[in-house]
Parts: sequence; C-alpha cells; structure tokens
Amino acid sequence: MSGFRLHNKGILINKDAPIQFSFDGKKMNGFKGDTLASALLANGQTLVGRSFKYHRPRGIYSAGPEEPNALVSLRQQGRHEPNTVATGIELYDGLIANSQNAWPSLNFDVMAAIQIFSPFLIAGFYYKTFMGTGQRFWHFCEHFIRRAAGMGKAGLEADPDRYEKANIFSDIVIIGGGCAGLIAARTAVQSGAKILLVDENPELGGASLEEEATIEGINTADWIAETINHLAKNNNVTLMRRTSVYGYFDDNILGAVERVSDHKIEPENNQPRQRHLKIFAKRVIIATGTIERPLVFAGNDLPGIMLANAALRYAHRYGVAVGKNVAIFTNNDDGYQTAIQLKKLGVNVTTIIDARTHTNFTLDGIKSITGHVVTSAKGSKYIKQIDIAPYDHSDHSIGDIQSLEVDSLLISGGYTPMINLTSQTGTPAIFNEEIQSFIPGPPNRAWQACGALIGAFELEECLNTAIEAAQNSQKLLGLKVSPVKPVTVSGANLKAIPFALTEIPCLQTSAKKFIDFQHDVTVNDLQIAHREGFRSVEHLKRYTTLGMAADQGKTSNMNALAIMAQLRGISIPEAGTTRFRAPYKPVALGTLAGRYIGNHFSPLRRTPMHDWHIEHGAEMIEAGLWHRPRVYKKSGETVTDAYIREAAAVRKTVGIVDVTSLGKIDVQGPDAAEFLNRIYANAFLKVDVGKARYGVMLREDGYMFDDGTSWRLSPTQFLMTTTTANAATVLSHMEQLLNIDWPSLKVHVSSISDQWAAMAVAGPDSRNVLQKIITDIVLSEEGCPFMAVRHGHIGQIPIILARLSFSGERAYEVYTGSHHGTAVWSAIIEAGQQFDISPYGTEALGTLRIEKGHISGPELDGRTTMGDVGFGRMASTKKSYIGSVLKQRPGLNDPDRLSMVGLISTDHKAIMAGSYMLDGDQNIGHVTSTTYSPVLKKYIALALIKQGDDRLGEDLCAVFPLEDEKNNVQVVDPHFYDKEGAQLYV
Amino acid sequence: MIINCPICGPREAAEYSYIGDATRVRPEADNIDLNSWSDYVHQRQNPRGNHHEHWQHSGACRSILCVTRDTLSHAISGVKLVGPYSEDTK
Ligand SMILES: [Zn+2]
Repeated sequence: MSGFRLHNKGILINKDAPIQFSFDGKKMNGFKGDTLASALLANGQTLVGRSFKYHRPRGIYSAGPEEPNALVSLRQQGRHEPNTVATGIELYDGLIANSQNAWPSLNFDVMAAIQIFSPFLIAGFYYKTFMGTGQRFWHFCEHFIRRAAGMGKAGLEADPDRYEKANIFSDIVIIGGGCAGLIAARTAVQSGAKILLVDENPELGGASLEEEATIEGINTADWIAETINHLAKNNNVTLMRRTSVYGYFDDNILGAVERVSDHKIEPENNQPRQRHLKIFAKRVIIATGTIERPLVFAGNDLPGIMLANAALRYAHRYGVAVGKNVAIFTNNDDGYQTAIQLKKLGVNVTTIIDARTHTNFTLDGIKSITGHVVTSAKGSKYIKQIDIAPYDHSDHSIGDIQSLEVDSLLISGGYTPMINLTSQTGTPAIFNEEIQSFIPGPPNRAWQACGALIGAFELEECLNTAIEAAQNSQKLLGLKVSPVKPVTVSGANLKAIPFALTEIPCLQTSAKKFIDFQHDVTVNDLQIAHREGFRSVEHLKRYTTLGMAADQGKTSNMNALAIMAQLRGISIPEAGTTRFRAPYKPVALGTLAGRYIGNHFSPLRRTPMHDWHIEHGAEMIEAGLWHRPRVYKKSGETVTDAYIREAAAVRKTVGIVDVTSLGKIDVQGPDAAEFLNRIYANAFLKVDVGKARYGVMLREDGYMFDDGTSWRLSPTQFLMTTTTANAATVLSHMEQLLNIDWPSLKVHVSSISDQWAAMAVAGPDSRNVLQKIITDIVLSEEGCPFMAVRHGHIGQIPIILARLSFSGERAYEVYTGSHHGTAVWSAIIEAGQQFDISPYGTEALGTLRIEKGHISGPELDGRTTMGDVGFGRMASTKKSYIGSVLKQRPGLNDPDRLSMVGLISTDHKAIMAGSYMLDGDQNIGHVTSTTYSPVLKKYIALALIKQGDDRLGEDLCAVFPLEDEKNNVQVVDPHFYDKEGAQLYV
Repeated sequence: MIINCPICGPREAAEYSYIGDATRVRPEADNIDLNSWSDYVHQRQNPRGNHHEHWQHSGACRSILCVTRDTLSHAISGVKLVGPYSEDTK
C-alpha cells in the first residue's frame, strides 16, 4: 500500500479530468490518460492478483504488454473480458475491473494454502501423476485442479458489441511508433510510398518518451511531437495507434488488432469494439524495441517489486510514485540513469544495489552499494525488507547478509529486444554478447529490423539504423531515395550493458525464485527438468510450461535460457532459443470471427418453395446448410402423427416433396458418357437419350462415395444428381479427375444446383395429377416408361420430367428453373386437390425409403462397400472405374463384414438410430435408420450387422445405453414393402 | 499465403482448397495390381523443401493448379494451370 500520486507530474494525464472506476468493488479515482495499472498504483493497490499455480500474491510488475502478473477481468455481463492486462487498459469513467484466481478474496485467498503442497506441483507433476495408470486418478482430480489453477473465467452472455475485419495494402509497414519507427516513416515519406505506421499504445514515442536528450537541436518530447505533426500532414502516411501486430504470416501478411473502442465504456457512433486487420505489406520495418529484464532471486515475485523502467514510466507519464522508500537492484548503468530520473521526478530512491564491482556514476543522495546482490525479498503480501550480500564473481558465492527496509524494489537486469515478430518469420535469432540477449538474424523475407531491437540502444545509433532501414526498403521497392543526413543526438542515456547474472544464490534452499511469473515456473523447476534429462530448449519448455502462458514468457525467456545454459555448462547461443509463434499478444475470438457469427457464419440455403412451405405449416429442419420441410403439421398433430399421415397419403393417393437440395451437375461434352462410365461403378455407356440411370460412385479406395441418378438429355449432355450432403464434394471430385487424370476427355462439368427447383410427385395418383397440367408429354406406360426423362411444359413454364421413384410408388420428378419453382409447385398442388394431394417432408421421405430398403446418408457413412448394402452384383465386372481395383481388397470382401438388414421391433416400440446390435453379449453392428412403418403398422429400422444375410429371422437386441433403451428386434429382409416393385406401375 | 492464379491473379490461400500431392501418377486403367493402386491412393512422400501440390481455386475460377511450394518456408516458386488448357497439355 505504498504508491501515491506526485505533485504536478505526469505528461499523459489530465488532472482536470478526474475519473471514477472500481477494482474488486472498491471505488477508486484516477485521471484521464491513466492506465488501469497506473491508477491502481496511485490508489496504493499493490496487490492485484493471485498467481496461477500457487495463488501467491502478485503486484504490477511492468508498464507494458510484457506484464506477467496484473491480469484482471474487465467489464461485466456480455462485455466481460477475462485475462486483460492492466498495464494496457486505458482508464475510462465507470470502468469495472476485478482480480482473478482468488477466493474468497484477493487479500485472503484460501488456495494460497496450496503452497504447502508446492513440492507436488513442480515440473512434470501432471505427467508423472496422471499419465498411464494415473488416467483414472486424473478424472477424479481434474475438477479440483482446474478450479485451483487458472485464470479468469469466460463470460456466458453474448457480447453486444460488433467486431470488424479490414484489409490494408501498404508499400512500407512500420511496426513500432517509437523514435526509430517515427524517423523511418519520416525518411520514407519523401519517396511517395504508401506508408503505414502502427503502434500498440495510445500515444506514439515509445520508450523515448523518457529520454532527456536533444535530437537535431530540440528536446526529445518536442522532436517526437514535431515528427508526428509532419507525418500527419502527408497523405501517403497512415498512423495507427492502439493497434497491435500479433502475427507475421507468409507472403508478408501481418495480422493486427485495432482496439477501436476498448478505451471507452461502450463503443460510440456505430464503431466496432475491435477491428481485425490483415495487412498486406510489400516491405516491413520492425522497430519493436526492448523490454527490461528481471533478475532472479528468492521471493522476486512479491508485490512491490517491479521493473525499474516501469517505475520511471509511472512517475514520468502518469505522475505516480510506486513507493515511499525505493531501492534499485541493477547489473548495468541504466539502473543509475533510472534512479537519477526518478529522483528528479520526486520519487524517493534511497539505495542502489549493483552486482558489478565498479561504476562511473556518482549519485547525490542515493546510496550506491556495488559488488552486492539482493539475495531475498521478504514480506507477506508485499515487500517489506530485502536481504543483500556481497557477491563473488569468481565462484558465485555470497558473503554476509544484511537487511534493508524498503517498500519498493526496482529491477534493472538489462534490456531484451522484442524479437517476437522476426522470430515468427522463421529467422533464427542470434546472440549478442554485449547486451546479453538475442537479436534478429538476417531477414529471410521482405523485412528489416532497426533501432533498439537490433541492439542499437543509444538514441543516435538507434535513429540512424532506422534511417538506413527506411532507405534500404525504398531502394528494394525501386523507389527514389533522397539523401538524408545522419541524425545527431546529444545528452542521451548511455547504452545499458548488463553484467551477466543468472540465478542469485540464496541460503534458504526452499525459497522460490521465479522465472516465469505467469505460469509460476521457478529455478527449481528448471533444475528438476534438467536432472530428468529434459535438455533441449524445446523439451524443457514443454515439460515445465515455461513461456507457455498468455504473455509468451516475454519477461522470462532470456533468464530461463541463461539458467539452462548454466545448468548444462554451455553458452546461451549453444543452448539455443525457441521460435515464437503468433499471437504475440492474446487475440479475442470475437475479433477473429468479426461479423461471421450466427447466420453470417453458416448461411441458410432456402429452396424456391420455402415461403410456400412456411405458409402451409411446415416445420423446417436443417440438412447441411439447407432448410427443408420436416413435416407439415396439422392442428393437434405431433411430428410422428404428421409423418405417418403424410407417408400413408403417398401410398394411398399422391404426395409431393421438395427435393431441390439434391446436388445437380451439368455434364457436357462428346465424352460425357465415357466419363460417367469411368466414375460410376455400374455401366453407363449405353444410356439412351431420354433415359435416366441410377448410379453408385466409389472412392478410389473402393468404398461407397455417393449415389444418384444421371439423366441423358442429349448424346453429349447428362444432368447428374447427387445426395444433398455430397453435392460440392462430387463436383470437385469430377473436376479433379477431368483436369488431373483425364485431361484428354472432352467433358465440362458445372454445378447447377442453384439454377433448378426440384420436386417429386409420388403415389398411385401421381400420373393422374400431372396428366391434368402437362399436355406436351405422353404419360402413358409407353410414352413415359419407368426411368424416362422428358422435356415439356406446365402452362407456359418449361420443365424436365423424370419417372423415378425413391418412395417405391409410381412417381415423377419435376425440375424447373428456380424462379418458376413456386408456380410449378402450386400448379401441381392445385391439380392434385381432387386426389387429396399431400405435401410431405423429410420424415415421410425417410419412412417411404426405409420401407423400400433404399440406402441414404446413414448407410453411406464412408465405411460401407457396395456388397455391404446389397449392391454387390450391380458393380460392373467388365470395366475399369474409380475404385474398381481397390474394392477387391480382402478386407472389403471379408465375409465377416457388416451387411444391411431390416429390423422389426417385436416390443412394438421405436428403435433408436445408432443403437448397438447385440447377439447375446456380442456387439455385431449398429442401427442406421429407423421409422414407424404405416404400411406394416410396426416400428422398423435398417441396420448393418455381421453376417446379416445369414441372420434373417433371428431375434436380436438393439440397445441404446445413453438412454438405457433396449429393444427386442427381429432381422428381416431390408425390402419391407413391395420387393417386386409392382407399385411402380400401378 | 498468396497463390498467383494464372486465370485470376494473386489471391489469398483462403480462396483455394488443397487437393494433394501432384507427383503421384495414376496407374493405367488396365492395371489391376492391388499394390500399385494401394501405393497410388495411400503412399505419400513428405519432402523437405520444394514440393509439387495440386490446389483448386475453389472460391473463384475453380481451375486446378500445380503449385510448387517449399514445405519449409512456404515460398511458392511456381504456379501452373493443370488440365486441358494447361501449357503441358497443348
Ligand atoms: Zn482463379
């Protein structure tokens, strides 16, 4: 509870604009310009969360996107967002934030007792405890572990806000709006190139906002403001703030998120909350800078311990002092520079502990203790005391310990370049000894890194590398390059050259030294992993989960690599590093989805007769993307009543069903018949014009793929129908064959599914109905025999008529242009009134085909052969076709295979689709399709069972364990109704 | 990833569907040897470096392309039309 607001300080806050917000229900005050983190610190809120595994108290550790600790749940109801980083949240009036992973409260967390069990939660705990025979134990423990270990909870309410997607095309994209990015943009702007500069912060300037140097004769802050002004005046430059590039993808495509409205209580003026940007860049300049590195000592995760330059940012930008009695622990000169600046801003820095034996800095009013390290930080919920001791560089030993009272400890362990994006491109990082860190290797794509990212920490060098990057990019794009004078800078901070320090020894062996704060990975975990043989960086990372939290180990990776190298007795570059993956920062799923949610995610397909169906009481059902009538309910009817009535009507008089959703493919060309003959398993060469043929397609591997009829409209044209589900797949299959395998066949295929409305008129009176309205087709047995295809008209409307039957009754399929669908349908309905024509839906359609033993989707499940469903003799033995050789494989002809049979429930109750078929206690197959048969007045089903053909008449059992259902059934021939097909000619 | 369709121009990978290995050769129609067909259907090389692949521009012109892609870097070094209108067939 030590942070407070400084007088007349804070370049980014407006003290005339006070803001109220709440944290864990407590009302707090801040100012416009604050981040949630700066406001929490100003309110003395040192403790902001509990850690992932051990529920240890944690405070704000940084001032940027690298923050590992200060994760909060933001907003409420539909706008609730867990795991947001407090250092990146701009404060607005009415903001509501809550701490996470603490119960019952942040101050008193029951789960903190878990630390007692911490020996069990070490590296590899899950693998060792739950793998193999531990699986059952895992199922028992999972609930408890998931509750204890975790982050915020996702909301359950729908998000009321909108998310958008946009594409941006640019010549030069500059990532990072610090001084380097700004000067790169200023250099490139003269070429006329289209330039996009993105920065994740609301303000440009980056780390240079804390520089007190003079650039080109003016002070840094003014130089930044002037450069931004200059850029804003140029039409070829776009400056995007609050925009994070999270991924660097192939072909120089960048993924980015623009936080359009996150800094407001809710989006205004129809703006989205966030916008996902896909940036197509010809060249990319990466100027992502550095983050400060922690030092590893016992208790280094206590609230009140923070990165030194974060404390400087809080003081300089937001006028917040992190404590009243502040010490700095450093291994480089930057710790001193930060101390001096903090002191000037009014922060009481009392002591610097420097691991090096010597420094050139002299300080007024700050005690400098060189050759010492902090061995341990102490306190219960926040830091109260540190132990320091002399440190011997030669043998890493420590001397006598003395204690210091502090309320804040700032850490300055050197700077780590943010190589995340360059690493994503696949460029290996290279180790830079001087800064003890990795920098990007040579670019493998159209990008160039510059500034502090490549180790150019001193401002003048930093700016000049950016100018060079800009000029090089222009040159490589073939743009004009005007000469630019190198920039001169005076009074800048000195380069931070850290003294290599890995883990600091400590006398208390049980003390935890944290490396990865967000995933609670300690030095001890790395040692265990090393002992157990996990040597490679990749293995170690996965075994300990180091760097695998939402922060991607931004603060932990370098220290972890250093310690691993030390354990193995090799150098850091020899130990190597892992490759970063997108996203650099977590991206909300809503942002990736954009507007593709609900019906925009999965659009509806409606048939032309859709409105008619709805007007006539149809209850619709989804079939893939299609909406089809399931049943047309009359008042008081259940679905079962309705489909039984509809199916019975088809058998008695006549019915009509919408079959528009079937796939329809136009196959044209001199070789059309030859082509179909090669893709269907049965013969197709000798189909007469004006005739349709049922065909079965196999996959190359010999299993059944699809079935349907193909109608020969002319010597060179077929109209092929496919099942609803396979329409697109069959088309691609045919296109592939025609282009890749048989390019010499003169055939062209096109999808015509959307161009045709289709309906089937079925039942003994079907001919009588159509006779009334079709005058130009002779519908007699000779004029239009079974499988005949005829062109004609209904009124003025052209139709194609095909005498096909799925129901087993005399039936006709009527095809017409989509726009005529409703007119033709209505004409048939009207003509059918005197025969009591009944529209029927997918349920009755299913009933009728099951009674006939016709296969459909449930039987064509990708595992059945033609032999399995009784089509064995239909397959041609005289020709080569797709699948003809591999269908001969022994496994596909095993007498033990499942084969299709019919079932009748002897219990007189509905059989559940998907039931297991039991013979005694042997599972011998499963039920595929079920219905009530109005003809038999029995519950029937189709099933695939072992040796099905030999089991006719057997009594078996169909069980459905999920609902504890058991049904005694008798095996019968799958053709329940009119096996001879006499009804087709009634 | 961007694939340069010879018909439509450079378009993003999302417009295309991956078909598969373009180097495998379909056995002749009169070949009834189970092993050659089994190899054709099931066996694939997984080369490191340049690989020839069939892609279909399924979201646009529907042409089938042979794409030469480096499996390590995803860099595409060639795109050719496959089928009756390809240079090879003419
Ligand atoms: Zn195309």
